[in-house]
Formats: sequence, C-alpha cells, structure tokens
Amino acid sequence: MTELHHLGVAELTALLQSKQVSAVEVATRFLARLGGNPHNAFLDIDSEVTLAQARASDAKLAAGTAGPLEGVPIAHKDVFVTKDLVTTAGSRMLNGYRSPFDATVVARLRQAGMVTLGKLNCDEFAMGSANENSAFGPVTNPWNTAHVPGGSSGGSAAAVAARLTPAATGTDTGGSIRQPAAFCGITGIKPTYGRASRYGMVAYASSLDQAGPMARSAEDCALLLSAMCAPDLDRDSTSLDVAQEDFSATLGHSLQGLRVGLPKEFFGEGLAADVRRAIDAALAQLQALGATLVPIGLPRTELSIPVYYIIAPAEASSNLSRFDGVKFGHRAADFADLTDMYKKTRAQGFGQEVKRRIMTGAYVLSHGYYDAYYLQAQKIRRMIADDFQNAFASCDVIAGPVAPTTAWKLGDKANDPVASYLADIFTLPASLAGLPCMSLPVGLGESGMPVGLQLIGNYLQEAKLLNVAHQFQLATPHHKQQPGAAA
Amino acid sequence: MSAKLVQGYEVVIGFETHAQLSTQSKIFSRAPTAFGAEPNTQACAVDLALPGTLPVMNLGAVERAIELGLALGSHIAERSVFARKNYFYPDLPKGYQISQFEIPVVQGGEVSFMLGDEKKTVRLVRAHLEEDAGKSLHEDFIGQSGIDLNRAGTPLLEIVTEPDMRSSDEAVAYAKKLHEIVTWIGICDGNMQEGSFRCDANVSVRKPGAALGTRREIKNLNSFKFMQQAIDYEVRWQIEEIEDGRAIQQATVLFNPDTGETRAMRTKEDAADYRYFPDPDLPPLVIGRDWVERVRSEMVELPWVMAARFCADYGLPEYDAATLTQSMAMAAYFEATAKACGQPKLASNWIMGEVLRRLNSGELAFEHLPVGSTRLAALIGRIADGTISNNAAKQVFDALWTDGGEVDAIIDAKGLRQMNDSSALEAIIDEVLAANAKNVEEFKAGNAKAFNALVGQAMKASKGKANPAQVNDMLKQKLG
Repeated sequence: MTELHHLGVAELTALLQSKQVSAVEVATRFLARLGGNPHNAFLDIDSEVTLAQARASDAKLAAGTAGPLEGVPIAHKDVFVTKDLVTTAGSRMLNGYRSPFDATVVARLRQAGMVTLGKLNCDEFAMGSANENSAFGPVTNPWNTAHVPGGSSGGSAAAVAARLTPAATGTDTGGSIRQPAAFCGITGIKPTYGRASRYGMVAYASSLDQAGPMARSAEDCALLLSAMCAPDLDRDSTSLDVAQEDFSATLGHSLQGLRVGLPKEFFGEGLAADVRRAIDAALAQLQALGATLVPIGLPRTELSIPVYYIIAPAEASSNLSRFDGVKFGHRAADFADLTDMYKKTRAQGFGQEVKRRIMTGAYVLSHGYYDAYYLQAQKIRRMIADDFQNAFASCDVIAGPVAPTTAWKLGDKANDPVASYLADIFTLPASLAGLPCMSLPVGLGESGMPVGLQLIGNYLQEAKLLNVAHQFQLATPHHKQQPGAAA
Repeated sequence: MSAKLVQGYEVVIGFETHAQLSTQSKIFSRAPTAFGAEPNTQACAVDLALPGTLPVMNLGAVERAIELGLALGSHIAERSVFARKNYFYPDLPKGYQISQFEIPVVQGGEVSFMLGDEKKTVRLVRAHLEEDAGKSLHEDFIGQSGIDLNRAGTPLLEIVTEPDMRSSDEAVAYAKKLHEIVTWIGICDGNMQEGSFRCDANVSVRKPGAALGTRREIKNLNSFKFMQQAIDYEVRWQIEEIEDGRAIQQATVLFNPDTGETRAMRTKEDAADYRYFPDPDLPPLVIGRDWVERVRSEMVELPWVMAARFCADYGLPEYDAATLTQSMAMAAYFEATAKACGQPKLASNWIMGEVLRRLNSGELAFEHLPVGSTRLAALIGRIADGTISNNAAKQVFDALWTDGGEVDAIIDAKGLRQMNDSSALEAIIDEVLAANAKNVEEFKAGNAKAFNALVGQAMKASKGKANPAQVNDMLKQKLG
C-alpha cells in the first residue's frame, strides 16, 4: 500500500470508511512527519488534541455515525480561530492567543469528521504574497527551499505540497489561496464571496476575505468545499443564503462545448515565458477535452491593483483597531499613559507590512481624501465586476495565469512592496468582483517551480470550476507531481 | 416666530437625543441588555470584539426605529447604510463604533407640543441606529481604570433636530414631548437616571436676524431640571463672552449640577477624524414597504390620535384629553374608568385631580396605582347616583388609597350615605329652623350669610349625609 501521507482526501476517506485504516493510524502517520516543523509550515501542533479527535473519529466509524470526511486530517491557516489550539494570525500581537470558540469553517469541518493536525503559518493578518511577513519566520517552498511558497496562505500550500497534511484551509483576500497553490503546485479554490462563513476568521479586509480549501486535486477540493460552505446567517451578515451544495456531484460532466474565455489583459507583456508556455499547453489540453477558447477582455485589470490596495488597507486599518492592548493579545510592558500604551503596544505587536497597510488605509479614509481614494476605488470596483458580467456573456469560465511568474526567491521582493503588489495583478480582479476562482497545477517552469492555471467562474459556479479542473486532472499528471521534499 | 430675547439675543437650540431601544438583546449580538448586572457579565465574544467575531443586525432595533419614524411622520429609508466611526478608547472594544452616517434609517419628521398656549413644532433632521460603547470606571481601581463592557453594543437611536428651539423652556418641552412619545410607543423605557434617554443640546446665541452663532454642545443631560439649568447657564455665559468682546469657540461642554456651570471638555481643534466608511461586515439595511406597513399595523394608537378620539367619543375638552394622554398608563386608566362608570367627564376630573395629586405627592408611577379603574368607577358611580356627596367621595377615595377595600362597604362603614329621603330631611330642617330663630330673622332682614349658616347647621345635624343641593332648595322653600 502507498504510504498514507501520499494519499489525498478522497483516497483516505475510502480507506477510513471501509475501516482498512484507522483515524489514529492516519493521524499518527502525519504527526510523525511534522517533527522539526518542515518548511516552518506549522505554528501550533498539539498531538494530544489531534489524537483525541482521531480516537473519537474511530469510535464514530465503529458506531456507524461517521461524518463524510471522518478521520481525515486537515490543518488550518492560523487566521481561523480555534478553541483547542493557539491562534496568532502570524502576528506577535496575538502570540499565545486562545479563542473561546471555533471558527464556523473549522467547526463545520470537524462536524464532517475531520481531525485537526495543527495551525499553519501565514503572512501576518494574511497580508502578503510570499509568506515572508509572518512574525514567526518565513515558510519555504517544498519544491526549492530557496524560494517563497507564496502567500498569504503559504504554510497551507507548503504543508499540502510537502505531504505534511492531505488538506488545509486557506483564506483568499486578493489571491492568498490561488497564488500559493500555484507556487507550490497544489489545487485550491476560493468560493463566491459569502459562500463560506467568515465567522471566526481573523478579519483582514472584510469585503474580500473568503475561506477555501487547499488540497492535491479538484476532487479533494470539492469534498472539502462541500463540507465548508453553508449559510451562517446568525453569525455572518455577509453569508449567502444559498443551500449547501455537493460540489462532487458534477465533477464527471464532459467539457464538450465549454466556452473558456481568455482575457487578453492576462496574456500581455508582464507574463513570464515559461508560465505562458505551461498555460498555453493547459489551454490546448482543455481544447482537446472539447472546450472552445474565446477571446475576451477585462479592460480594468490593471486598475485592480490600486483599487485593491486602497480598499483592502482601508478595511484593514479599521479591522485591526481592536488590537489595542486593552482586552486581549499583546500589551506593551511599560507605558506612561493610555496613548503611550496604544502606541507602544501597536508598534511592538505589528510587523512592517501590517503597519504599512494600516497607515495607507487610515490615509485613504481620512477627511478630505475619502472621496478621491476610497469612494473612487469603490466605483471602479463595481466597474470591474461589470466587466466580468460582460465577459460571461460569451464564455462559461475564464482561464489565465494565477501569477506572472513562478515562485521567486526568498528576499527578492521583501524590500520592495510595490513589486510584490504588482505580482497580484491576475488574482485581484476576481477577488474584487467576489467571484469564485481556483488554481490548479499545470506543470513546471524553467526553474523547476510549479505553474498554476487560474479558472474564474460566475457567481455560485464553483461546481463548474471544479468540474473543469477535475476533467483536466483526469487527463493530465501535473497535480500528481510532487516535490522531492514530499517523499 | 415670536422669539423670546435674552438681553437682546436670540437663543438657538438643537437637540441630539440618544434613546436606548427596549430590545432584549444587543444591536449586533445576542447578549442581554438588562441594566445593573455585574460588570462584564453581559458581554459576549461579539461585544468584546474577539478576533473573528462579526455583527448581525437585531431586527427588533430596526422595528423600533421604524416605529419612531412612523410616529413622527418621517421618511423610512428603503435602504440605509451602517458605517464605522473609528477612534481609540478603552471602552470601545472594536476601535470603531457602528453607526449610520451618510444614509440614516429615519429621515425628517417633526415633534409638536404645546408651550403654554402656543403650539410649537420642532423639525427632525434624522434618527439613526447605532451601538453604545462600554463604560470606563475610574474609581475603585487604585491607579488604574476598569472597563465594563455590559453596555457595549446596546442599541441606540440618535434623534437629531434642526436648530428650531428658541428658549430653554421650549427645549425642555421638546425633550419632554419626545420622552413621552418614545415611552408611549414603547421603544425606550425612558429611564433618564440609567441613561436610557440622554440629551445633548447644541446652544448658540445671535442678534435677531443675524446668521447662526457658533454653537457649543452640552453633552449628556440626564434630567429635565439639569437640562433647563444647563441651557440657561450656557446662554448667559455665551452672551457675557460676546458682550465682553470674545468670540465663542465651537466646543463640547459638560454641565456640572453641583456648581450649576458648564465646562468645556474639548474644542473643535482637537476634534478627531473619525474616518467614517460603510461597514463591510453589514450589508445595507433594506426596509421594504411591506415591513413598514406591518409595523404600522401593529403600532399602538399615538397619543395625539387618542386625544382626538377622547374629545370625539367622550366629549372631553381638549385640555383634558391632552393631559390624560401624557402617558399610556394614565390614558388606559381613564378609558377603563370612563367605560365602567359611564361618566367620562367625572372620570377625567377625578384622575386629573385627586389621582394625579396623590401620585405626584407620593412620587408613584401610574403603574403602581393603589386604586384600580374598577374601584374608581364604582366610586364615581356612587357620586353620580347621588349615594354620596363629592366630599364624602374624597373620604372614600382616601380609604381606598390607603387601606383598599370595596366602595360600598367603606361608604357604609363610614356612614357616608347621603340622606335622599326628603321627609327625614324636612324633619331635620324644621328642627334647625326652630333652634336658630335668630338666623332666620337675620335672613329675613336681608343677611345672605345667615342663610349659609342655616345650611351649615342642617348639614351638621344630618351628620353630613344630607345632599347640600337638596338642603338649599328645601330651606329656600321653607323661608319663602
């Protein structure tokens, strides 16, 4: 039998449900791989908690009361609050923080039977594209540890790629699931804004933040997403009132006649040649599966960068005001008065990128600038969403690269935030429009680093995206490729 | 408008009132709102702004806002927006207050009331929903401050007027009327001591016809008495400043009831930039016409509508109807009494007289009235059917108030039944006339007072049970 850690969610589920393997065996196998914290992917592990959950899963499997994903391990990005494990959001500000409740997404996955392996490193408060902004050190890319894993869900992507966990949760505000999934050669999906509850996600930019699964295949993502998403109207006012859906049900549909829109703005000068080659090959494969390629335009793609870097910091500057040293989290040890306590607490507790975004956000919201920046950005955001609706008049899904390049080297963009922001150009438009979108591996670039294909669907079309990705994965081996580190 | 001038200055006042809405739970969480619990026992994860928590609108608070809007003839916005008001303070857990800024739920409307004999109307700008902050406790924590977040997230409706008031009397009358309305429709308990109804007064002065003067805002006026004192002091202070050649600086001031003075807390220079923006955690509040109509159909009869009905149905004078509809409890008491005894004007007289006098002297609320409407109606019935005199009825009422009991039993126990038997009365009068020959002579000589003395003697002889009107008639008849 293949070693357990090489199995994905669907395969492990089959073994567990048929009692060929126990949840404790599975958990033990994965826990064993976490020694020394490879790639610095994990921030908190408690084998007692994990094994207790695994034993409970075994009892349910024995009793015939098992959930659909009973006994399958998962690790959570550290922006999901958890009762049993520390939640830091990658920040010193929350060093050692324990939440009195589980995030809805965590609770739903527990209800489905999943066993929590631990908490995953990420950029501080999910702000970053390289996972170099974590207060607890950078995560390295399992394909080449000199490279970044992408961000902000870098720990999630690295852990899945390195076979430290079969599945992980991530959050995507401007590309934080898709880009690290692409950089680490795994599959990840951000659902329609409002599909997954935000309750219990440490907020970065409320109008953009969305949870999603990161795993080895579209098939696994479909299983995970089905368990994660359901209305949570009593806790999250932005939760969509749409019935829970089985995203696995339509994976087998043929792609015959599928219209795949290719936005010309995604295939311009900035796109690296090796990424372009891998994407073109993938598109040819979709054609071979029966799809037709349709040229489309998303004319405001470039504007999505300034729009995002106004709206997200504006919301962040307000969302992060609660970290003031009064009620929870870090408080400066010495201070002269209240103002001094605020200043020192926040100066010590937040990292550089977080401070940069808080200041940017406070600036664009301030009196006299609000109209010129925030309001203007909101108007363009609506136009970007309209552009997508125009595009979907002539296509069923949109395809293109996730990022202009493969994963860069650690430190390359660490001191150049703008260069890092510009690399988000292909993931930001769908985030601003609130559309479902995903990344799937389509081969390796020149440096041997993975390339991700992005698929964007219309609202609530997650099943369509997963169907396309699954059909692609049935026909190609890219998602099965794994870094040497994963052995 | 006939503005009352103070030392040649016109006073201009606008109000911002924070009415705490009478919901069981908070505006964005499920924690209870009851007053007076141990610190931090009524604050849940959402109120504490723990990481990952999100607000969910309490529809009961929205309904109360709709009710106020309907009561005051306002426009109920079909779409209103919650915004974040960002500032740091230890009792503000999220570092921002969720409020409504550009698009409030209630827009326009007016409050009308009588000031003496003059009808006044104050226009509303808006009323918006927002959450209250917690409390900072600066005593009892040696060298430190304590934070109580029980109040954090309590629903408030901030009701803002145009600067339409021209005197402290008018301002207080407005505040009392608004208080009456919010408690009448039941959206606020109106408890000013507990902070359920807090007023901020924006006060400025100007020479008649001049542009509006610079205003100072007196915060947190929590009694009508202090409201009047504070505004009067502030007006005098501003006039003195101007007369002394100093310009008024826009400022927020507090009234100190001990000194009777207002004192500036902060001036415009240190006003914060609140960086308002729409709260991305809360979609716009959408209120369909059907919702408004449902709330309208479930609303209680408004006081002025009820007063008009009292005039029409019970033939009450406007003054009586207006007085009786000052509180829902009093109006209900009146209506029950009037219906039970069939004597609306007598019921009105008794409630506005004896009942109110006793309530006021005992500082009792209508809800705790010791004499129920059934007993008062029974008592009025006994006056109307001539069983007892009005004076005797007051004795019965006294007994009912202090000891309880049944009306007829008290009348009998106290022997207050009127003597309506004319032969018995005639015998008494004959005795009185015989025993008071001197008074009779004086009366016949033209002394009217002598007649009154005879009436008094007859009443005394009847031990107060004679019907005075009947005694009068019979004496006049006997004396020719």
